[in-house]
Amino acid sequence: MSRRAWGRLPPPSAVAPFASKEQNLIDRHAELPKTEGSLLAYGNGRSYGDVCLNHQGTLLLTRPLQRFIAFDRAHGVLRCEAGVLLADVLALCVPQGWFLPVTPGTRFVTLGGALANDVHGKNHPSAGTFGRHVRCFELLRSDGSRRVCSPTTHSEWFAASIGGLGLTGLITWLEIQLKPIDSPCLRLSNTRFQGLDEFFALNEAQTQNASTTAEHTVAWIDCLATTPRGIFMTAEHVANTVATAAKLRSPKTTSSLALPELPFAPINRYSLKLLNAAYYHRPLPAQAVVHYLPFFYPLDRLREWNRLYGRAGFYQYQCVLPWPARAALAELLQQIARSAQGSFLAVLKAFGALPSPGLLSFPMPGVTLALDFPNRGAPSLALFERLDAIVSAAGGRVYAAKDARMSGAFFRRSYPEFERFSAYVDPKFSSDFWRRIGA
Amino acid sequence: MVAWWRGVARRHETVPSWQADPRRLNTDFFNYSAIAEATARLWTNRGATFFLVARQLPRLQALADDLNVRGATASSCFVMDACDRTAHAEMLKCALEKLGAIDIALIAHGVLPEQKACAESVELTLEAIDQNGLSVIALATRLANILEKQAHGSLAVISSVAGDRGRQSNYVYGSAKAMVSVFLQGLRARLHKKGVQVLTIKPGFVDTPMTASFKKSALWAQPEAIASGIVDALEQERDEVYLPSFWRLIMCVIRHIPERIFKRLSL
Repeated sequence: MSRRAWGRLPPPSAVAPFASKEQNLIDRHAELPKTEGSLLAYGNGRSYGDVCLNHQGTLLLTRPLQRFIAFDRAHGVLRCEAGVLLADVLALCVPQGWFLPVTPGTRFVTLGGALANDVHGKNHPSAGTFGRHVRCFELLRSDGSRRVCSPTTHSEWFAASIGGLGLTGLITWLEIQLKPIDSPCLRLSNTRFQGLDEFFALNEAQTQNASTTAEHTVAWIDCLATTPRGIFMTAEHVANTVATAAKLRSPKTTSSLALPELPFAPINRYSLKLLNAAYYHRPLPAQAVVHYLPFFYPLDRLREWNRLYGRAGFYQYQCVLPWPARAALAELLQQIARSAQGSFLAVLKAFGALPSPGLLSFPMPGVTLALDFPNRGAPSLALFERLDAIVSAAGGRVYAAKDARMSGAFFRRSYPEFERFSAYVDPKFSSDFWRRIGA
Repeated sequence: MVAWWRGVARRHETVPSWQADPRRLNTDFFNYSAIAEATARLWTNRGATFFLVARQLPRLQALADDLNVRGATASSCFVMDACDRTAHAEMLKCALEKLGAIDIALIAHGVLPEQKACAESVELTLEAIDQNGLSVIALATRLANILEKQAHGSLAVISSVAGDRGRQSNYVYGSAKAMVSVFLQGLRARLHKKGVQVLTIKPGFVDTPMTASFKKSALWAQPEAIASGIVDALEQERDEVYLPSFWRLIMCVIRHIPERIFKRLSL
């Protein structure tokens, strides 16, 4: 069976007859392997759709490139190979008082993958995307050239490679600026909301009032309820004294719980309605001090959770709607509720105004909605087309790292720097995604 | 610093020093020791001092930098081809100068030869025996004398389940590993009286660069799993360890198949 991305979707008929070759990268000083066909770096396979797949070519497996190169403990500057996981960085840096400046919802992604998808976190309004904290990286091209790119040297290559979906060449190592923390703990506050107006009011209160501004904000929403409802969460790092007072024990860093391969999908519209209602009404402390692991990485506790959706796999749809997003968001949620296809894992977040450094970076000022959909074939795809139309009309776009189906025309239209980016693509590099959108 | 890794008990108060010997590099079967690298990583949180030996400096230096960032006190590198036996004495002298004493030595180099090609060529066969057998024994002999004089320490050597029985598909590699295993049995009995541990490590199929071209099944293990088994076995003062442990059972069955049947099998 060919390699699949996190969504475990069966390969579309266009690529199904092919099986990508694979090659481990072990030595960052080595040249790129000489192969027929195209190349693509593959990290830990956590992107959902097909940006990390290359059926007609070779996948360069970057996980063996997992060495740290240098760590300036005084200034929080870490240089390491591209296959190092965020989890490895946290294990090294948190005990020494440093944290990732930006982190996505799983710590099992490689740094190279975080760079190539220019990932974002719950602190986008204050920190921007991951790429903003990349000080420099080495780009190895198929012509054998190596460039150390930063915002000031080879800045055009820097901009193309950040969020460049691995198409500009191979990132061998990178250097990031970490963020100082006093303890591994966060002060968390939870607020239930009913209806989008309440969500926007909570968000507004966050950004307007400097004294209550928390660094991290995110909302879980129940997209199956008749009026959208959810839980708005904010969190900020706390001092060691608070952490000690809360007597927190650090949770086990690696989970032993893995979901087995299931013969059926336990997620269906009936179980979902129940799950969502139970999750919404569960006893919820208004305030709590928690360890960073369950807050940032709730799903990392169940390894292989993507098997929840059964053998057919699932889609994740993540879009951003520029301000004012209220009307378009309501329309999206209405479409989703009507289709009765939405899922448990639905997330709503505000993006701030900090510019993203990459030409193809996803975030823009506005609101982003992300949710999973079990793969039901044609009805799912038809729903996504309707959602695309709403997003497109609102001037928003869809996140490539999560996508497995958007049309090339929509992608090219919604990423205005697409043409400029194309000039930096390595002639020897390609991906299923890149061919699909017809670049 | 928090101990993040399971199975690392702080029994020894002394700081372990390491001599890892990452595998020889060959053009086809590319043999950087992923197992030695993963094992070394597990020890960094104890502030170990490493003395690393391999053929290529850039990769050795990359490993040393990695170990230092992860908490090793100071890692030094020595470039040597394990098959160049004239270099062994100087390497060990240098190691003793850097480390003072050797607490743990891990010999982890090896090359998986192509059995068919070996059958055609005496040179290839003897080269494989040298790479996987003689060079290991030469190193182990010198290391044993150092450890015996110190009257403490552990010598851990990566042998293989392939050394438990000669199979038609892999008997050149297997016989070199069998030589290593038997050599270590004798050495263990000799050094035991001096308080020195000799650990024979017998991994099964491991997903490393050496085996990159093989199709992987459920029997295959990751180098990290082997590494944690090695660390545990050293802690528990084991003599011989199959990694993962189910290989002990598999090899027990394979060893007991009568030869008249075994020779008819295509193993």
